[in-house]
Amino acid sequence: MSFKVPPQLEAQLDELATHYPQKRSASLMFLHALQEHFGHVSREAVEWTAGKLGLQPINVHELVTFYPMFRREPLGRTHVKVCRTLSCALAGSASLRRHFIEKLGLNPSLHGPQTTPDGAFTVEFVECLASCGTAPVVMVNDDLVEKCTTSDCDRVVASGRGKGGTR
Amino acid sequence: MSNAVTNAPAAPSPVEKIRVKVDGREIEVPKTMPDWQGKPQPTTMLQACKLAGVEVPHYCYHPKLPVAGNCRMCLVEFSTPMMDPATRKPVVNEDGSPKMARSVLPYEPQTPRGAIACATPISPGMEIHASSPATKQMREAVLESLLINHPLDCPICDQAGECKLQEYSVQHGQAASRFVEAKVHKPKAVDLGPRIMLDDERCVLCTRCIRFTRDIAGDDALGIVNRGSYNTIASAPGRSFDNNYTLNTVDLCPVGALTSKDFRFKMRVWFLKETPSVCTSCSTGCNITVGSREGVVHRYEPRENDAVNGPWMCDSGRLNYRWIQRPDRLDTVKLRGAPSDWAAATSAVVSLLRGAPKGSVAFVASARQTTEELWLVSRIARQLGALTDSVPREGEADRLLVSADKNPNSQGSRLTGVSFTEMGVTIPEIARGIEAGRIRTLVVLGEDVTKGGIDAALLARLENLVVADILPSPTSEAAHVLLPGCAHAEKRGTFVNGKGRVQRFQKAIEPRGEARAEWEWLQEVAVALGAVEPSRSIEGLFNRMAADVPALAGLEWARLGDQGVSVPV
Repeated sequence: MSFKVPPQLEAQLDELATHYPQKRSASLMFLHALQEHFGHVSREAVEWTAGKLGLQPINVHELVTFYPMFRREPLGRTHVKVCRTLSCALAGSASLRRHFIEKLGLNPSLHGPQTTPDGAFTVEFVECLASCGTAPVVMVNDDLVEKCTTSDCDRVVASGRGKGGTR
Repeated sequence: MSNAVTNAPAAPSPVEKIRVKVDGREIEVPKTMPDWQGKPQPTTMLQACKLAGVEVPHYCYHPKLPVAGNCRMCLVEFSTPMMDPATRKPVVNEDGSPKMARSVLPYEPQTPRGAIACATPISPGMEIHASSPATKQMREAVLESLLINHPLDCPICDQAGECKLQEYSVQHGQAASRFVEAKVHKPKAVDLGPRIMLDDERCVLCTRCIRFTRDIAGDDALGIVNRGSYNTIASAPGRSFDNNYTLNTVDLCPVGALTSKDFRFKMRVWFLKETPSVCTSCSTGCNITVGSREGVVHRYEPRENDAVNGPWMCDSGRLNYRWIQRPDRLDTVKLRGAPSDWAAATSAVVSLLRGAPKGSVAFVASARQTTEELWLVSRIARQLGALTDSVPREGEADRLLVSADKNPNSQGSRLTGVSFTEMGVTIPEIARGIEAGRIRTLVVLGEDVTKGGIDAALLARLENLVVADILPSPTSEAAHVLLPGCAHAEKRGTFVNGKGRVQRFQKAIEPRGEARAEWEWLQEVAVALGAVEPSRSIEGLFNRMAADVPALAGLEWARLGDQGVSVPV
């Protein structure tokens, strides 16, 4: 997989770096922009950022591993985010996640996001999705599924299986 | 009681002193002390305690690294003199002594508030309660927290015996763990670099290794990845932690997280005999401690000497010790190829030197020999009118410790007159003398001259070739008189480093077989030739040399100490 930052994005980021008294301070903005563009922050992206900002790769790698919302692997085409904050937890989000995980043949005892080998789904627990009144909630890509039931889960899986190509 | 003193005018000394109390004992400490770079900074509570002879336990603090203040182990309770907010005057007790205010939580005045001694400056009249019940309680709590995810695998851990976690657990720890949850498991046996193995579960995240490699070695290679209780020390993916100073992080690591691949699982540290010595890999002359057991050297560690190497040494020097144990070490005295003994060999050398016409003898003495040995060579050569030189050994230097001159005692060779400032200039002259048949006896100490300008064909033209060496070489194979020598770890003596630091080293292990320290037979020869008066010991020999060599005038073996003395070079 070749890593190539488009010239326009690169120019944008170079300009962005000038906003900070210390170039290092732009690290997070760089990583956000690169994740936005590539879908995840690869090792090449980390090294590119470090090179741009005059840092060592470890300095940027620390950041990427610290923040869970930076992804080091590409996401599945259907991204399932199950809320696990209080209201949803009380309303059974743990069993929703387990339902997704088992239906997709993933490992229920692993922490963190998991992606199916075919790249169709990524399932993970997230913190509050700000819809406590309609708990449990699940976000499928950019759509909120309120009062989610196991049959809603099955529908999400079925429609996700129908999608082909890359996200 | 000390009010008057704190208001006293500044002392004439360059550094102002302030009075503080440590565990109830009043001491006077400088207002500023050198930080890790040697710049004056306000004296910290930890430094004041150290001056008072009170040890404050710590993991992340190291006097030669920037202060991080993350381990919290050095938390201490303290008091400061009370000040009347209205009058800005100290509040005093009935007996006139200043009223002290204990440090407490602002919202919970019954709870003592500790401060990290490593990063908190002292103030006049401050009292540091380094052993108070509250301080002890804070230490116990910090230690308990650090041990939560620790695997407690001391029986198989290389650090055992020199582990701060172990030591402080004995002093401040609890016998039983209260932790009932599952421990967080982290990566083990992480191959961090060619010389370093990391066990993340043992790590207390003090960041000494990160700060060392970033701020001292200049290779920002390590960092803390992940977060919370999953924090681990790591290098960037695909990046090897492979600079020439990585093994210092093993010394710095207060626990058993960073281990040396060379040393791990080889030897329990409490079995090692520690001998102060000097590294021989270049002319920097880093001070080292040789760890040996039963005649085998197991490791070198840097020994702190701010005049030379600070607390560090390079990896290449540190790992350059295995040759001492090489199985092909020369261990037999040989005369014309046949095994002989020292008495016969020494008298053979004496008689062939005594009978030699003036100008027919030359010496090539390695700048790896001790200063005493080089001086004896120089005295004998002066007696005989012989040419002398050493073989230069040039390599790469770096910005920290490694010197381009790979001989440990080049200056010793120059100061004693064995070589000129430009080492090796006489060697072509010696070679020409052999070629022309003028030089018929060559004495070689510790060099393979076939690689240093006198090839095997020239050696074959010699009537007498006396070789003292440690390892076999084409030169030692051509020797008519072969005298097995000693590694620096097997004898005592001094080296003079590139900057003129005269440093002595001690004997760690016994020499192999019949091998003998070169100065012993050199002195016998020199005495027999009337070149020197005999000395019974290396001490006497050094003092005799110091009296003879102008640059070493006034030095005595005993005065060198373990840190050495600088002489002008």
